[in-house]
Amino acid sequence: MKILAFFVALLTGGLLIYGVGDMPGWGDPNSPPSLHVSPRYIEKTMEETDTPDMVTSVLADYRGYDTLGETTVIFTAGIACLLLLRRDNQ
Amino acid sequence: MVDYLISKYNYWVYIFLMMLGFYAMMGKRNLVKKLIGMNIFQTAIILYYISIGVKKGGTLPIFMETAPRAADYINPLPHVLMLTAIVVAVSTTGVALAVLLMIYRRYKTLEENEILKSIR
Amino acid sequence: MIIEYENVIIKTICRLLIPFIQLFAIYVIMHGHYSPGGGFQGGVILGASFILLVIAYGLEESRRRISLKALTIYACVGLFIYSGIGALCLLMGANYLDYGILPLPLSSIATIRAMGILGIEIGVGIGVMAIMICIFVGIASYETGGENG
Repeated sequence: MKILAFFVALLTGGLLIYGVGDMPGWGDPNSPPSLHVSPRYIEKTMEETDTPDMVTSVLADYRGYDTLGETTVIFTAGIACLLLLRRDNQ
Repeated sequence: MVDYLISKYNYWVYIFLMMLGFYAMMGKRNLVKKLIGMNIFQTAIILYYISIGVKKGGTLPIFMETAPRAADYINPLPHVLMLTAIVVAVSTTGVALAVLLMIYRRYKTLEENEILKSIR
Repeated sequence: MIIEYENVIIKTICRLLIPFIQLFAIYVIMHGHYSPGGGFQGGVILGASFILLVIAYGLEESRRRISLKALTIYACVGLFIYSGIGALCLLMGANYLDYGILPLPLSSIATIRAMGILGIEIGVGIGVMAIMICIFVGIASYETGGENG
């Protein structure tokens, strides 16, 4: 079982190494993640929200709906943990 | 060929960590070791995403008056998405530990082959 | 069950350090606009200060200071503040979570958005603190070999 797992991990690693050829190089300013909507977030953060910290303004203002979903995820995990570990005679 | 190997050296590290976590999830027999393998896998994914947003000569994504252009700051978008990923990893680990405690209470062991034997 | 640590140095140092850790956590939440930080980071630090109290003084002693019923109420209040601000913006006539329309007497629309961001970060911080302590206390109060098999 362990030898089979080792070979499957090696095969997946080989496929991933083959797929690295399409990835951008280290520190490239023209890579696709930095081109389409991210310069707008960087340039307009002081005039639309009065916040110098771009991570907080993107997290709480431009993408505030995703943060609502994330807070619901951690709330549900806490409630599930408390419900699972309840004893019958309490 | 050598240029390909040297210029993308960060991806070799992430692939190594990912395959380490993947092997631990499949190959180990104890349930807690499988859970730790899942955590290593999630950490490798988070590191991989953050390294995509680096720019040459860029600084922290906090606005300063002396650097008004967008090419002076590193990309803040992967950092935001990975905050959500870290929170999801913590939640999954918490619920998985609670399920492991229930399994121990019911079967009195945490080895995978003994649990499968007492189910059948 | 976590029992008390039998050492005077650890108990004294923890008792002296915990208020400063909590003060630093509130600083991280409030300064999310100007330095790295925000709601999630500050909430985790605040939860870690209570977990330090449980580790140093045992679970029995700490139950008198934090009760599980109050913690679930804090978690619900945190999520309620977040969606409450969004619903308030909806009642005022704009989209959901569109902070520009809140009736605050400030100078410009951008500053009103900054105050909206601060409001939801406080809600997220309270919720994450309560959930961190809930998960830890729920797993730590397990007793081996329970009566129900």
